[in-house]
Amino acid sequence: MDLKSARKDLGAGAVFVGFGLAFASTASTYEVGSGLRMGPGYFPLVLGGLLVLLGLAIAAKAFISPETGELGPVPWRAAVLLVAAILFFGFAIRGLGVVPTLFVSVLLAALAGPKMRPLPALVIATVLTAMSVGIFIYALQLPLPLLGPWVG
Amino acid sequence: MDFFSNLQLGFETALTPVNLLFCLIGVALGTAVGVLPGIGPTATMAMLLPITFGFDPVTSLIMLAGIYYGAQYGGSTTAILINLPGESSAAVTALDGHAMAKKGLAGKALAIAALGSFFAGTVGTLFVALFATPISRVALEFGPAEYFSLVVVGLVASIALASGSTLKALATIVLGLLLGTVGQDGTSGVPRFTFGQFELYEGLNFVSLAVGLFGVAEILRNLERGISRDVVVKKVEKLWLTREDFRRIRMPVLRGTGLGAALGVLPGAGHVLASFVSYSVEKRVSKHPEEFGKGAMAGVAGPESANNAAAQTAFIPLLTLGLPANSIMALLVGALIIQGITPGPGVITDEPELFWGLIVSFWIGNLFLVILNLPLIGLWVKMLKIPYRWLFPAIIAFATIGTYSIGLNNYFVYAIAFFGILGYVLIKLGCEPAPLLLGFILGPLLEEYLRRSLIISRGDATVFLTRPLSAALLAVAALALLVAVLPSVRRKREVVFEEEDG
Repeated sequence: MDLKSARKDLGAGAVFVGFGLAFASTASTYEVGSGLRMGPGYFPLVLGGLLVLLGLAIAAKAFISPETGELGPVPWRAAVLLVAAILFFGFAIRGLGVVPTLFVSVLLAALAGPKMRPLPALVIATVLTAMSVGIFIYALQLPLPLLGPWVG
Repeated sequence: MDFFSNLQLGFETALTPVNLLFCLIGVALGTAVGVLPGIGPTATMAMLLPITFGFDPVTSLIMLAGIYYGAQYGGSTTAILINLPGESSAAVTALDGHAMAKKGLAGKALAIAALGSFFAGTVGTLFVALFATPISRVALEFGPAEYFSLVVVGLVASIALASGSTLKALATIVLGLLLGTVGQDGTSGVPRFTFGQFELYEGLNFVSLAVGLFGVAEILRNLERGISRDVVVKKVEKLWLTREDFRRIRMPVLRGTGLGAALGVLPGAGHVLASFVSYSVEKRVSKHPEEFGKGAMAGVAGPESANNAAAQTAFIPLLTLGLPANSIMALLVGALIIQGITPGPGVITDEPELFWGLIVSFWIGNLFLVILNLPLIGLWVKMLKIPYRWLFPAIIAFATIGTYSIGLNNYFVYAIAFFGILGYVLIKLGCEPAPLLLGFILGPLLEEYLRRSLIISRGDATVFLTRPLSAALLAVAALALLVAVLPSVRRKREVVFEEEDG
């Protein structure tokens, strides 16, 4: 078998087995109960087990008839920047308020664009922050402070 | 109440200025995202959901539904003008629609698409109005065991029609079901999979899930290669059809509408299937099959009618059984629940204004779409020039602030990043993320029905097989699964979906 061509199936199998094990093992620490009285652990334990089986079946299929096709390029820089943009928003929104948080997040996101230089990214961040504040804070009246306690 | 007084109630609801305005906003936004590259109706609806929570339930649903069927129109516009279907169901339209555009007949192709869609949308709406009440009456007899089996059918059937590996789709659904259990258990109050974080007690939010899976993951995919589009057609002229044209598209439109209305009810990609089937039917019955692919009017008229009729009848399972046929309908289920309405057969009798108002709004929305797409076509062509480097940061901004505003919970925002990466990984490994959302939304329902059925049957699991209706439904699910893995059907399906990918 060509391991390279089976990467997609083996990878998918591993992801599902991993999630299945994590859910099933955690669920078994809750009260499982019986069919008549399903405890909180019952449903996720059954499904977690099922997911492990399905993951194994997908991985096994990789040895019989693998799904071919290249994985293709992965935009690592963009992935890191986008995740950073989203996490920063969640982390800072309470402390910094809408304007600074959104500005930094959009700036990070904009930098994920192909061949993006800092200056156009700043322009994009400024315009989109102003637009979002206009839509969400002024038009839709979301009760979020423009500036949070961290910046006074 | 009879049919006409129901319709009257619908018109009274849909024609209030607020509802008209949001219907217009919905279909306009839908057209925009149908036209714009790299953003689909699912992500848009997820981003706009938080905004609609403050609205009246009717208004909110009218707008959200408008985004969905509006996107079907917008998708055909790009298919015809630049050979890039904005929506998967428009892939067939691109074949002959773009060929017509290259011959200088872009205006005619757009007019056929818009008028065919309008006719089909109207008939599809009528279908929903006529069939919803009887179906919901049957469903009112359902007990928890029947509901459990019905949800199983919905989940399984959605894979049978999806592209790609059946095993992977099944696993994706189960993962979605599991993610749906995160948070406090409804019966025992025990927090599950929360890692002791109080913010996770209320569970993961379906908006985070949808925005991550369909918004962020899609951005990453687009950034792999970068999007560039050339608008071949700079100016669209001659939007009207001659009497001869009308004669030539009459039958294809009728056939497409019938096919679409019937196939749209199916779970999964009913509207995609409808447009493909319609195209092959038209090619087969045509006296000039050699014209297909080179700009045959029937090749635009049939599939366009089919996918728009299907877009309307896809609401039937949602409105009568509370069962979403695809990920977009699943979002609407979420929206209903947040509005305090339990989706199911009771909606028609308990919320007649909502039901009939929504149905009439479909028709009004389709009328708006004809106006938006024919006289105002120039506007959308200009919109195609919005560069992607502006578009995706805007998606991030809207997604984060919108999701945060739901519960002022920063874990909802962190979840977007998690699901964005998970969605991207799944796509990379050949798993469609749509079943995950379906599983996530239906998971809590499935657990609840299972619990209740087993309590009623005193823990006897055979109850699902001894109750005839439940057994019949499970048999349908088993059959659908069998069909999905049968080699002969697989091959045919692959042919259909290969064209879609191309």
